[in-house]
Amino acid sequence: MSTPTSNNVILSFQDLDIRFTLRGQTLNAIRGISLDVYRGESLAIVGESGSGKSVFTKSAMGLLDANGVIAGGHIWYEGKDLTTFTREKEWLTIRGKEIAMVMQDPMTSLNPLKTVGEQILEAVLLHQDLRGEAAKRAAIQALAAVGIDDPERRYKQYPHEFSGGMRQRVVIAIAVACRPKILICDEPTTALDVTIQAQILDLIKALQKKLDLTTIYITHDLGVVANVADRIAVMYAGDIVEVGRCEEVFYDPKHPYTWALLSSLPQLGVKGQDLYSIQGTPPNLFYEVKGDAFAPRNPQALNIDFVERPPFFEVSPTHKARTWLLDPRSPKVEPPEHIRHLRQKGGYPHG
Amino acid sequence: MPKYILKRILRSFLTMAIVITVVFSLLRLMPIEGYFENYDKLSQTQIDLGLQKLGLTDPLPKQLWNFGKQLLSGDLGTSIRYRKGVSINTIVAEKAPISLQLGLTSLAIALALGLPLGILMSRSTRTKWKIGDKLGTVFIVIIQAVPAAAYHILIQFAGSQGVINLHWLGVDWSLKLPMLFKVGDYRTYILPILSLAIGNIAYYAMWLRRYMVDEANKDYIKLARAKGVPGGQISRRHVFRNAMVPLIQYIPNSILFTLMGSLYVESLYSIPGMGGLLVAVIKRQDNNMVLALVVIYSVISILGLLFGDLLMALLDPRITLSSKEESR
Repeated sequence: MSTPTSNNVILSFQDLDIRFTLRGQTLNAIRGISLDVYRGESLAIVGESGSGKSVFTKSAMGLLDANGVIAGGHIWYEGKDLTTFTREKEWLTIRGKEIAMVMQDPMTSLNPLKTVGEQILEAVLLHQDLRGEAAKRAAIQALAAVGIDDPERRYKQYPHEFSGGMRQRVVIAIAVACRPKILICDEPTTALDVTIQAQILDLIKALQKKLDLTTIYITHDLGVVANVADRIAVMYAGDIVEVGRCEEVFYDPKHPYTWALLSSLPQLGVKGQDLYSIQGTPPNLFYEVKGDAFAPRNPQALNIDFVERPPFFEVSPTHKARTWLLDPRSPKVEPPEHIRHLRQKGGYPHG
Repeated sequence: MPKYILKRILRSFLTMAIVITVVFSLLRLMPIEGYFENYDKLSQTQIDLGLQKLGLTDPLPKQLWNFGKQLLSGDLGTSIRYRKGVSINTIVAEKAPISLQLGLTSLAIALALGLPLGILMSRSTRTKWKIGDKLGTVFIVIIQAVPAAAYHILIQFAGSQGVINLHWLGVDWSLKLPMLFKVGDYRTYILPILSLAIGNIAYYAMWLRRYMVDEANKDYIKLARAKGVPGGQISRRHVFRNAMVPLIQYIPNSILFTLMGSLYVESLYSIPGMGGLLVAVIKRQDNNMVLALVVIYSVISILGLLFGDLLMALLDPRITLSSKEESR
């Protein structure tokens, strides 16, 4: 098996292990993740803060902080193993050109001293074979493509002359101007007004269709996920615990962490009652995690959960979860009442 | 934008008028003995006559008015004790060019060496051992911590006494630059210029490094990396350019203040510049000259701040105060 990327798998992570060295201690941020990203799909990676969502995707662009290393595993992209890249020159064939990124906070992700035009132009010059007037036209087109009115005039303006939502459109325009195949959206709507969030998601969805992009969303907002994702990967403590098509994960979740995560949706709360929250804290990744990482916070955890790490059990060809509950020998543990309720209702928990 | 500039200039004039009024009034509180060389031997009539000749018997507002008129015509007045009867314009015209020449050269050298040092240090913070940053920090800390007098003397000694030589290679060469300054002999300019530059080299390197490290950690740099901009280009187009903005604000001030010379370096090399002038005329109680020099100082400071702010407004689009105008 030299290259597992094929016609329909564009990006493939295999047993990826990422470690950070902090004050002499080693933090195991990503603990052996395997995940295929399919060409043209829209994948959402969900999980709480610190679960390693950002680190995981950044590793595919060589953007880990200086103290982070890929300690094991492979990242395959179009027949190349990205984990073998050591020099900046190699990464420059990937960054922007193949994989582009939209970041969380549009207020700080643009250079305040350059016009938005210059910043889009920079991407055009790097990744499209255009120079001079033609490049400038392409940059203006990119602005128009993300729904900014009067792009010729806006081209000459500075980021501070744009609102938050408009800036995020500019950031998306930069990403689009790179002509990437994969677009990583790292919490693209977290810093935005609720009214703007849906617009930005619609824009990304429309661009995905138009430009034939594969999109990876990183988010902790399940409402966002329900809106945009074809597939969901649930991350907990540096590992993917459940992955499946959107409706599979929402209507038929298997991992207790996914149950807990869904239960935390405010939309599922009953008026007058306290909102659900997951007890305890995620494990300290400076220490080795034994068994199922979620077990200490799971009231229904089995004994084996504390001893041995569960493998992936396949629920369907597209749905698998890392929990001993799926082992035929395990006792029957039902998901909480309201989760089953969600399935019966048959509606997505829209955000 | 023009409105903003105009407003700033008007406000500068107002500040200047206030400074002049305050200093002028304070100097008039000085004892009158200072105006005469042989005060004890003079009779009351002679003293009155003398004061009248200097225009000091008029009421204060009138004196101030006269001084203002005189200033506006470009006349700084006449020295009364330092070089009696000589026009202050002449004295300044003799001394200022010397200080300016040395100061501007040293500032140019400081920028030419300090800025690259700052860039090297900031880039080195991202390497594994940070050797460049550590060496640069050692240099900066030494320059900042050791009293300037110590390294001025060291430079003068090392540069003029043949301490630096090639005798150990069997070559009959040693560095023996002149110890004292002589107008027109450029060999004598080297050591004072070096002395003046070295502090500024450390200053510019320190601040540029600091601003560049700040900028390099910002989100927009991460986005620039994610869109595939090569590291060198990020350093030049994004980090360096943005880090220069806060630094550039002080450069007009630095340029203008070279006019006033350096007290210590000028006395060390006996340079006939502006450096010790203010102290000298205060000691001699040459009130006219004190006043003239304070006016020069305040004009320089105010202009320096004004130019610095205008330069900032030019470089940072966010500072454009009027919203309707197109910024560049």
